[in-house]
Amino acid sequence: MDAARAALPRPGRAALVLERVEAFFDRAFGQRLNPWRHLGALGFHFFWICCASGIWIYVGFDTSATGARESLAAMDANDWPLGAFARALHRYSADALVAVTALHLLRELARRHYAAFRRFAWLTGIFALVVMFAAGIGGYWLPWDQLAQWSLTATTEWFDALPVFDGALTRNVISGDQVSDRFFSLLIFLHIGLPLTMLGAMWVHVQRVSPARTSPPAALAWGSAATLAALCLAKPLALMPAADLSRIPAAIPLDWFYLFPHVLMAAIGPDGLWVATAAFLAVLAALPWATRVPRAPAARVNLDNCNGCARCFADCPYDAVVMVARTDARPHPRQAQVDPLLCAGCGVCTGACPSSTPFRRDEQLATGIDMPSLPIGELRSRLEARAEGLAGHPRIVVFGCRWGADSARLEDASTAAVEFLCAAMVPPSFVEYALRAGADGVLVAGCREGDCEFRVGEALTAARLEARRAPALRPTVPRERVRLVPAGRSDLAVLREQLADFRTELTRLGPRAARHALPPKRQEKRHG
Amino acid sequence: MNRALRYGMQAILYAAFAATLGYLSTSPAFEPLPPGHALIRVSLNHAGQRMVACRKRTAEELAKLAPNMRAAEDCPRERAAVRVKVELDGRPVADIVAPPAGLSRDGASVAYRRLPVPAGTHRLRVSLADDAASTFDRVREEEMHLATGRVLIVDFEPGQGGIVFR
Repeated sequence: MDAARAALPRPGRAALVLERVEAFFDRAFGQRLNPWRHLGALGFHFFWICCASGIWIYVGFDTSATGARESLAAMDANDWPLGAFARALHRYSADALVAVTALHLLRELARRHYAAFRRFAWLTGIFALVVMFAAGIGGYWLPWDQLAQWSLTATTEWFDALPVFDGALTRNVISGDQVSDRFFSLLIFLHIGLPLTMLGAMWVHVQRVSPARTSPPAALAWGSAATLAALCLAKPLALMPAADLSRIPAAIPLDWFYLFPHVLMAAIGPDGLWVATAAFLAVLAALPWATRVPRAPAARVNLDNCNGCARCFADCPYDAVVMVARTDARPHPRQAQVDPLLCAGCGVCTGACPSSTPFRRDEQLATGIDMPSLPIGELRSRLEARAEGLAGHPRIVVFGCRWGADSARLEDASTAAVEFLCAAMVPPSFVEYALRAGADGVLVAGCREGDCEFRVGEALTAARLEARRAPALRPTVPRERVRLVPAGRSDLAVLREQLADFRTELTRLGPRAARHALPPKRQEKRHG
Repeated sequence: MNRALRYGMQAILYAAFAATLGYLSTSPAFEPLPPGHALIRVSLNHAGQRMVACRKRTAEELAKLAPNMRAAEDCPRERAAVRVKVELDGRPVADIVAPPAGLSRDGASVAYRRLPVPAGTHRLRVSLADDAASTFDRVREEEMHLATGRVLIVDFEPGQGGIVFR
């Protein structure tokens, strides 16, 4: 069992480096508002700002090739209310969308969040990425100035490298004195249709997480929106001269967030860009299969202990648990069922199951939904053995998270550590059990706020310990003897500090009055 | 950390984000052509001649066909590829072969080529062949001044006399 447990996943080196970068942002924003932990939600946020400003621009936009630039020039002169501001906001929010999407991709890559149960989100994310660039680049054509002309021509030249087009597309742009209104209408249609496609892709992207976080915390949303607004006022957009098919401008003020592929094509040619793009996307798409990312085995339902309460269904961060009609003779209408392909092996469901209480008399504790790699019965045995060996005062039991700071390194004569697959795997009844088994205090160490490997573990743990969510820590448990500490993998020093502080507090409180107060029948079982 | 310092750090990080967006949204500027260059774009859409000329069907041949299929001429569909040669100041700069489109190779030939050239006065010679024997019987030669950043389109429009410089 120990060898099997040693093979369980741990954060990789890149994730640890990233954690240190994020720690710097923790100091400025606090853990809850750290933008690194809301990159996906910020992507949605910037997308909506981009849509809203785009709709406002479109109302005052002339959709003909000859009138488009003039209508935007009028906006820049504020003939259209807030026109210049809306144009800048549209551009900068689209740029911000690319920036946070790129960081989101890098972060998930560093954390190896692309295989197994995350494969679906990874692949749909790649599709959304492609659509985002297609939608964004198309937006640069609509002012129909020299930047638009150059970008459109570069794009058609790229597609013309495909045998199916073979030069036909670029003729649409360069063969006459001006592009036709019909062709220009197609460009406008693309810039409406592709963002709608992207919205669909984003919706699909978050389908297998529960709950999907598509809105950043209010403070971060307002802060980032205010930042964009300030940028719009400080640096409004400027149009280039009207498109002129007989000339190419000497220098183009390029938006590198979207238009860098044109520069790349100038360096390596259209065929080279196709090869580079295909290779980049193929590598991303192949990652879930090409690299082995270990994960804990999927949860297993034990029908003898499942009453169909649906708490595991409610808490599963990946919708891997569904409630189905009962298949045995027990008098409950439903039972839990796990989809092993979607299961992260996090143990959040075990922590949610009311049958996970260690106070049960059974020698082999079994619960309604358990983790084969770290069964709840073994965790109880380990807790009992560790708690029994504690000496001195105050005696502290630390429930650690496999993805957080290494709690085993805190162990000493008066401190016992038991590691779970996730802090949210700790049933609140285990906290009470530890206190009644001899501990003066229980410290639960989870990941940094918003940084749970399994998305919501630390938030669920806090809600359960604060009795905001079932299964809740019972009101009879003295709260001053329970502490929840957010501590990432590189936060061992923070955890030590918090432990020392907790120890001081427990010393002040004095020993627990009811030491060794396990239920009599459980004590009988343990001691014969 | 005290609140003022935290807000100060937030302001700095937000400002850095804004500065990155503001800078990279327009800078550094990109030069699409090397300095002192003009651009020739060869772009044409022209159907080459048939590989085999049409032939009048005899009365016997027509009689063998169903009444609704009795076209007077038998025209094999395949067309010749269109070839374009571009010479600048006597030096060949492009030799384009544009095959006919379609599974039966009976569609128009489409070609596009981008040719950056040094700005200045040049003698440009473009010749085009569109038959099976690749006979370059359409030629246009002209001395012209191409200013920096100028785009010259080379097209083929039979209705306007053949090869067009625009």
